[in-house]
Amino acid sequence: MYLRADSSKCSGCRACLLACSLYHFAENNPKKARLAITPHFPNPGTYEVRTCTQCGECAEVCPVDCIPRDEKGAYYIDAEECIACMACVDACPEGVIFVHPDYEAPFQCDLCEECVSYCGPGALYIE
Amino acid sequence: MNAYAGTVLRVDLARGKITKESLNLELARGYLGGRGFAASILYQELEKGTDPLGPGNKLIVATGPLSGLLIPGAGKTTFAAKSPATGGYADSSVGGHLCAEMKYAGYDAFIFEGISPQPVYLFVDDEEVELREASRYWGQGSISVEKVLKEELGEEFQIATIGPAAERGVVYSCVSHDFGRQAGRAGVGTVMGAKRLKAIAVRGTKSIPVADLDEYRRISRQMYDACRASEAWESWTRLGTSGVNMWSDEVGSFPTRNFQSGAFEKAEGLAGELMRERIVVTDKACFGCSSPCGKWSHSKKHGVRVEGPEYETAALLGANVALSDIEDVAYANYLCDEYGLDTISAGNAIAFAMECFEKGIITTEETDGLELNFGQAKVVFALLEKIAKREGIGDILAQGVKHAARVWGKGSSDFAVQVKGLEMSGYESRNAPAMLLSYMTADVGAHHNRSWAITYDLEVGRDKVTEDKAAKVIELQHIRPLFDCLGCCRLQWVELGLDLGYYAAVLKAVTGVDRSWDDLLKISERVWNLTRAFWVREVEGFGREWDYPPARTWKEPVISGPTKGKFVSREDVEKLLDMYYAQRGWDKNGIPTREKLEELGLSDLVKI
Repeated sequence: MYLRADSSKCSGCRACLLACSLYHFAENNPKKARLAITPHFPNPGTYEVRTCTQCGECAEVCPVDCIPRDEKGAYYIDAEECIACMACVDACPEGVIFVHPDYEAPFQCDLCEECVSYCGPGALYIE
Repeated sequence: MNAYAGTVLRVDLARGKITKESLNLELARGYLGGRGFAASILYQELEKGTDPLGPGNKLIVATGPLSGLLIPGAGKTTFAAKSPATGGYADSSVGGHLCAEMKYAGYDAFIFEGISPQPVYLFVDDEEVELREASRYWGQGSISVEKVLKEELGEEFQIATIGPAAERGVVYSCVSHDFGRQAGRAGVGTVMGAKRLKAIAVRGTKSIPVADLDEYRRISRQMYDACRASEAWESWTRLGTSGVNMWSDEVGSFPTRNFQSGAFEKAEGLAGELMRERIVVTDKACFGCSSPCGKWSHSKKHGVRVEGPEYETAALLGANVALSDIEDVAYANYLCDEYGLDTISAGNAIAFAMECFEKGIITTEETDGLELNFGQAKVVFALLEKIAKREGIGDILAQGVKHAARVWGKGSSDFAVQVKGLEMSGYESRNAPAMLLSYMTADVGAHHNRSWAITYDLEVGRDKVTEDKAAKVIELQHIRPLFDCLGCCRLQWVELGLDLGYYAAVLKAVTGVDRSWDDLLKISERVWNLTRAFWVREVEGFGREWDYPPARTWKEPVISGPTKGKFVSREDVEKLLDMYYAQRGWDKNGIPTREKLEELGLSDLVKI
């Protein structure tokens, strides 16, 4: 199971980011989302959506082995064990392991699908 | 305070001092936010007779309680000030992501006061707020400066800028945001320019508190599901407002050659479908909007990228100046965006000059040698540059068509298409009395967003001048601006048919304050009467005659198209106003009565 993005369909509304933060943190805060949208304007005028590809590089570099996979196959950071070294954040090729000043441990996508259900143009989908 | 950030930034530009104030609870309860905040603050804080371009004017940037929440289109920011274009009340809302970011940074509104000694921009990064030197950006275009600021500060910053037109005092200069969205009307950008405030840059990492999280999320889900399930979603999202172009032409409301006609013989060149096929690159949404109407376009012919053209731009810089190539309109749109000009007023100004030229009221002596014929793209581009730089004829047109008609005389004021000094937006209304009344009574001048009643004219009979039309205009003037108080887009309701009941329900969930839809409409009516009171206070002799449309309305029938021969008589104009004033509880001169002010809880504040 993977969360995929078709960037050409994204219109940059960021509802996905907000839905993500509400689902995981019960807060209205796109800066606590687990996927990313980068607008490229004015030229060429496109949005770039990045999601976790479950490549596992985060788990490989974690010095305390605290990034296991859950039953859906999603890598997740065990905040109890995490030493906040940020090796996973640096290693992530997509740049989708996130940090926020409110939390010591970084966080990443757990394939909850909440973002998909709020994406009007269908840029996000599960595969 | 739930659904609010809780803090207002007051920025004294003259002294370079920024103060954080707690959001006034009474302000939030009585006026909700956005346009409501702006009207209340301007009425209470501006001294009578304030010069719009002087240090006494204030520029208000305000969010609403729904801004930044998971609600379709919760990305509308209000910019407001005393208008340099009209001398009366002005607010203009802009979509995009600014208001959401303001609330994440912890602020419901910014109040800019005074005039900075040198160009500055406001930098806001959560708690860190400061005025920064902006001389190196002064003179640069709106889009260019936004790009540079994003490169310097980071992509996450949301930026609002002004262009050179605002710096030079063109009275219909806009505020630009998100590379192509504008708070366009009535010169809110001009006020920003007069204050030497080049830009606003905001980033926030905080959360917006809500009262009942579960209920809010439940209703939010329903709203998104309903928008996506709407039958109109597909076509609305495909074309956005450009889908209106051909419809408007077919019903004879597409302003053509300075509103001489409501149908353009070459309208096919501006068709939304053609635009989509030929130049649209990307759908571009405002914050939280699942039905993106914004269209990012690339004109290969002119080598520019631009947001739009929106319907209004296709109308005023297309049909109204008789341009029929969508790429020419896109380039005119680009010039306006970069200079920071409102496309609606700019299109009107050029069309007015062209009609004056064709009628011989002005000659090449007044036009710096230009032959101002309709349909000439190069002339349109040249005039936009002249207006932005206030060169030659551009200096006259930079002050609006009401002013230009005063300068050129010879009866030209009859076809200077404006109300209260603000140029009319894109609906020719001589066979649409409810739409005409909407323009006559809109509280910023001739703008459609307060009441878009042309569909009502079509529905009940276009020739009718009846009480129900005045009632419909008033109903719309309370519903539509209410969205600007909430800080949220109205188009999900207008275009997708999203039920209005959701808004009262979700507002209750997020604020924890139980108010019915009717309670909210009462607040909107309070705001409407307060903006009217602002006009009464600020404009000497304000009253009925300020609500008159241009004399062309009754003197000249439409010259071609499906409404050919139609006009609204002077008697019917008076009748429309009589009905409207009586239903509003205003006197025959259009002034709110004591009883009405008392009913709305305004009698202590408003002394007229």
